[in-house]
Amino acid sequence: MADRLPPKERMKIPRQSMPEQDAEQRACNFEEVNLGLDSAIAEKEAQRCLTCADPKCSHGCPVGVQVREFVDFVLEGEYLKAAAKIREDNVLPAVTGRVCPQENQCEGACVLSKRFTSLAIGHLERFVADYERATGQVGLPQRAPATGKKVAIVGSGPAGLSCAGDLVLKGHDVTVMEALHEIGGVLVYGIPEFRLPKDIVKGEVENMRKMGVKFETNVVVGKTVTMDQLQNEEGFDAVFVATGAGLPKFMNLPGEHLGGVYSANEFLTRVNLMKAYDREHSDSPIYECRDRNVAVMGGGNTAMDAVRSALRLGAKNAYIVYRRSEEEMPARAEEVHHAKDEGVQFLNLHNPVEFLGNDEGYLTGVKLQKMELAEPDDSGRRRPVPVEGSEFVMPLDVAVIAIGTGANPLVQSTTPGLNTNKWGYIIADEESMRTTREGVFAGGDIVSGAATVILAMGAGRKAAKSIHEYLTTGEW
Amino acid sequence: MFPITEAKFLAPDVKRICIEAPRVARQRQAGQFVIVRVEAEHGERVPLTIADSDPDAGTITIIVQGVGKTTKLINMLEAGDALADVVGPLGEPSEIEHFGTVVVVGGGVGTAIAYPTAVAMKAADNHVIGIVGARNKELLILEDEMRATTDELHLMTDDGSYGEQGFVTQKLQQLIDNGVTIDHVLAIGPIPMMKAIADVTKPHGIKTIVSLNPIMVDGTGMCGGCRVQVGGTSKFACVDGPEFDAHEVDFTILAQRNRMYRPHEQQAVADLEADPETQ
Ligand SMILES: Cc1cc2nc3c(=O)[nH]c(=O)nc-3n(C[C@H](O)[C@H](O)[C@H](O)COP(=O)(O)OP(=O)(O)OC[C@H]3O[C@@H](n4cnc5c(N)ncnc54)[C@H](O)[C@@H]3O)c2cc1C
Ligand SMILES: Cc1cc2nc3c(=O)[nH]c(=O)nc-3n(C[C@H](O)[C@H](O)[C@H](O)COP(=O)(O)OP(=O)(O)OC[C@H]3O[C@@H](n4cnc5c(N)ncnc54)[C@H](O)[C@@H]3O)c2cc1C
Ligand code: SF4
Ligand code: SF4
Ligand code: FES
Ligand SMILES: [Mg+2]
Repeated sequence: MADRLPPKERMKIPRQSMPEQDAEQRACNFEEVNLGLDSAIAEKEAQRCLTCADPKCSHGCPVGVQVREFVDFVLEGEYLKAAAKIREDNVLPAVTGRVCPQENQCEGACVLSKRFTSLAIGHLERFVADYERATGQVGLPQRAPATGKKVAIVGSGPAGLSCAGDLVLKGHDVTVMEALHEIGGVLVYGIPEFRLPKDIVKGEVENMRKMGVKFETNVVVGKTVTMDQLQNEEGFDAVFVATGAGLPKFMNLPGEHLGGVYSANEFLTRVNLMKAYDREHSDSPIYECRDRNVAVMGGGNTAMDAVRSALRLGAKNAYIVYRRSEEEMPARAEEVHHAKDEGVQFLNLHNPVEFLGNDEGYLTGVKLQKMELAEPDDSGRRRPVPVEGSEFVMPLDVAVIAIGTGANPLVQSTTPGLNTNKWGYIIADEESMRTTREGVFAGGDIVSGAATVILAMGAGRKAAKSIHEYLTTGEW
Repeated sequence: MFPITEAKFLAPDVKRICIEAPRVARQRQAGQFVIVRVEAEHGERVPLTIADSDPDAGTITIIVQGVGKTTKLINMLEAGDALADVVGPLGEPSEIEHFGTVVVVGGGVGTAIAYPTAVAMKAADNHVIGIVGARNKELLILEDEMRATTDELHLMTDDGSYGEQGFVTQKLQQLIDNGVTIDHVLAIGPIPMMKAIADVTKPHGIKTIVSLNPIMVDGTGMCGGCRVQVGGTSKFACVDGPEFDAHEVDFTILAQRNRMYRPHEQQAVADLEADPETQ
């Protein structure tokens, strides 16, 4: 336990850095990069908080985590209380502490960021969540008496999980249905082990099981069972659709069918969900990356995860090919920074125009074009335009396309009365999360388009509240 | 876990397996498939056609040819064992209509994939002609089943050890040459066979459907690994197919993509054969 230093003293403490695996070493393994704070560093960092009367940090957090309060508990050495405080608003703190784009959210809003460097909120959040996990004393809240109402949650990503967690506490009978053989959505099939160890997700799922949530894997809603059957035959009183934005986008370039060209979804699914990184044991193959040239097209989190995975699979050269400049990169700052330290080479302001292959149908190279930035487009980012005559060929063995994802139509196309917008995302009311079909709610990436873990969780919680209301009043 | 209720070899390396999967059994239509995993920790996901289903018993039947590690592992299972995962029914069902005269061509284990659609075609009042081919007598499967569902059945073996000697394409060509009016062809088998059938029917403008077998992972349209070139555009076989118009399919690309992991696959089989116990 430590007393608060006077504000002047607090501001003298520099932001504490996260201990991490040595860059050269970690570029060859899939173990977690960030090692976690110890209690001494955590306490020192907690001292830096100015305990603002109007905590900007909480406004910056999409679910309003009570940062000031939990940081206070950290300072007092009351880590379990700190964790419980976070859990009031955020059911997956060990996950968000690791993957939130804090620089745009809580930390970006923190007053310290104006004159100094922001409080390391994400690192502290992770610290208390890991502490809680290690003690095995996760403060699972009390469950309300059974209501006899049945809710089906379609999709087990952060939106589905957080909705399920809230609804089960209200006493509803909740079943999560997942198309894949594992629970967790992008958290298990997309984000790699070195950034988010799968055991953490497993632990959270176990907690939810203990709370009474039922999980059914291998159920593709729309195929294995239809929405009509769920509502009319299987007696579900409400359904929450949280199927994510998992449809891979390709670039429609010549040569995209060549062996060695992947969507980021396939590459990451093979490596993470199917454990292809564990060459010795996994039965799922991944195209040979060892001592070869790998390029990932894109500049988001997915691209960083793919390129760093390629490096760990033994790539000789691992490139990011991004058509804008680093300033516009949507990836978390920490990921770009880690990727650089590990030796990823950045070809910013470059764009692929053609994949080249040999007679056997394998990728051998990519034709790239240089880009320059023109005036800002609708998104406010400066628009990249090709530089005439700047094309050149780069030898390449593996290409991963990570330019974004779209809405998977399986549920929408088999559910009458469930309306979508022109991009195929489900239309849901922003507040009530109600769709155009009675009893059906939707949230997360399948409504917003690809976004973030914490936004998906926020949507799941909002939906839980609204579903509870609907189940209680019976009014649509 | 998905318990196996029956398992029986139909031919060397070809096993018929019944699995408890009530939801799949209830929904399944001809032409659809499941994706299965043998083992929970490190197993890969492989697609297999649903050869038959019994919604009342809650079971489905698959017919598996042991060609590599995973299918060989599946074929080691007996009644009482279980598969870790079974998901489906996936893919679009076969287009079943009253076409008139339908020729169903099955090559090798492709016969198992064609069989349920042959049944559905017959049920839709088509005159169904079956052509079933295999390398030799031992490898020819589902003769009785195909005989029961077709109006006319031709058995072909490469070595002439059973039925007529020759390829399925030769029989189809012969039917066409003999002036049989054919309204629709469904051909399922090895890629070279499907391509050859497409070449036979194309000059005559006979609508020909093939079931493609690209490498799949999720089977729900999420990875794009199963993409095939059809009519110059990219399609995902797991959600847009697996059946496509044979005259539009780029078989060369399909064959190339299916070879992508050969070194890994060969190593896996070698390891399995060296030490089946530890796998
Ligand atoms: C590689 C990668 C890295 C990322 N990194 C970050 C990061 O660092 N920080 C961050 O905040 N965000 C990150 N994101 C984004 C974030 O993961 C997503 O915004 C978030 O997971 C969306 O949650 P969700 O619950 O809406 O959907 P998802 O997590 O996509 O989960 C949807 C689930 O539904 C299942 N499903 C789909 N269709 C069906 C069906 N018909 N029946 C049953 N189940 C179905 C899917 O299999 C999936 O498991 C990343 C995304 C990717 C792909
Ligand atoms: C829609 C569909 C339906 C099928 N139905 C049947 C069936 O009813 N009976 C049957 O015996 N076989 C069927 N197959 C083929 C079967 O999936 C492959 O034989 C099996 O995946 C091979 O796996 P393996 O580990 O035993 O062999 P491996 O040695 O790993 O592979 C042998 C060959 O099979 C193909 N293959 C490998 N992995 C996959 C994969 N994940 N998905 C698809 N193909 C792969 C590749 O061309 C490879 O070269 C079907 C395939 C598809 C796409
Ligand atoms: S949930 Fe994310 S945004 Fe909110 S406080 Fe935690 S790390 Fe910051
Ligand atoms: S804004 Fe920053 S300094 Fe103020 S309470 Fe939040 S974390 Fe502490
Ligand atoms: S198998 Fe992944 S999209 Fe078809
Ligand atoms: Mg295999």
